[in-house]
Amino acid sequence: MISKRMFIWSAVTCHRFRPLRLVAAVGGGRKQRLKAATGRRTPNRFFVSVVLICSTAIVASAQLRRPVSNDPPDPAVEQRLAKLSQELRCLVCQNETLADSRADLAEDLRDEIRTQIRAGKSDQEIIAFLTQRYGDFILYRPPVRPKTYLLWFGPFVLLLAGLALLFRYVKRRRDMIEEQPLSNADRAQVEKLLSSASRKETA
Amino acid sequence: MTRYLIPLVIFGVLVVFLAIGLGRDPHEVPSPLINKPAPSFKLAQLKDPSKSFSAEEMRGRVWLLNVWASWCISCRDEHPLLIEYARTGAVPIYGLNYKDRPEDALAWLQQLGDPYVLSVSDLDCRLGIDYGVYGAPETYLIDQQGVIRFKQIGPVTPDIWTKNILPLVQEMNRQGGSR
Repeated sequence: MISKRMFIWSAVTCHRFRPLRLVAAVGGGRKQRLKAATGRRTPNRFFVSVVLICSTAIVASAQLRRPVSNDPPDPAVEQRLAKLSQELRCLVCQNETLADSRADLAEDLRDEIRTQIRAGKSDQEIIAFLTQRYGDFILYRPPVRPKTYLLWFGPFVLLLAGLALLFRYVKRRRDMIEEQPLSNADRAQVEKLLSSASRKETA
Repeated sequence: MTRYLIPLVIFGVLVVFLAIGLGRDPHEVPSPLINKPAPSFKLAQLKDPSKSFSAEEMRGRVWLLNVWASWCISCRDEHPLLIEYARTGAVPIYGLNYKDRPEDALAWLQQLGDPYVLSVSDLDCRLGIDYGVYGAPETYLIDQQGVIRFKQIGPVTPDIWTKNILPLVQEMNRQGGSR
């Protein structure tokens, strides 16, 4: 049953990925060979070119967004910005980092960080600047302070408590086991059964 | 007996925590600016860009700073209420036009009415960052000493106006008068 289900699943995924492989393989006679090998109709060139055009359009639109300042992007600054903004939360789409988010606010904050990096501020100073305005919530790594002790150490406390409980439980179970010596009647029965079994084997 | 009681207690605690968590709006991030001095600013006025307005001018008075924009749908929702509250004269409302085109903002005020004593334009969103704005509308209540005493994220509702803002304004006016 499981193997059958796995087969169906792999068939589905292969089907999904097939057009991608074809995009790479498109061109002349190879298409024919591929068609024969896979035994199914390949998407036509029109479809493939539409896919390609769309994907270039996405790349192009991503490149259209440029920083507000007109200075050419400085790779060192951009690298620091990328690293820093991975650690910061976008307050509009709260499960995205500032680096990932396309919200307007995230863009403004990235610009702000960029200017501050250019002005020679350290990472700590920039983070302090942002937490003063948006609170600790903007940090993906909350600072360790009495208010966050439960958050930081709670899981370890739970783990230790769980281990202690488990240990106690196992120990109690072990203590509960009593030795039950065999009576003479039991022994006789065992002998009888064993000898009958060995006789069958030899027979 | 305790054998059954312990899981029940744990379950109860869990339910309480989850119930509290469900009742809270994750988009309402507590502002670190509460009870801190309002960031100072000096910006051009929306209706007359040649004039400027700065937060220092409001020293000694209780005032509301309402962050709004013509592109903001909830602001449109909030607007009639602000007009009504401005009419009562309980507290002067100043507008911060956030990331907006002045012509759009002016058209918006003309169409829907203007509850603000005046609005300033925050074109490059510098002030928005200083005030920790992450979604319009936001409203700050600032006291005589220039300290932010209350922040409403999202539109002001009649409930918040009567339960949070008005009592605080009255309290601040009483304190400010005796000082």
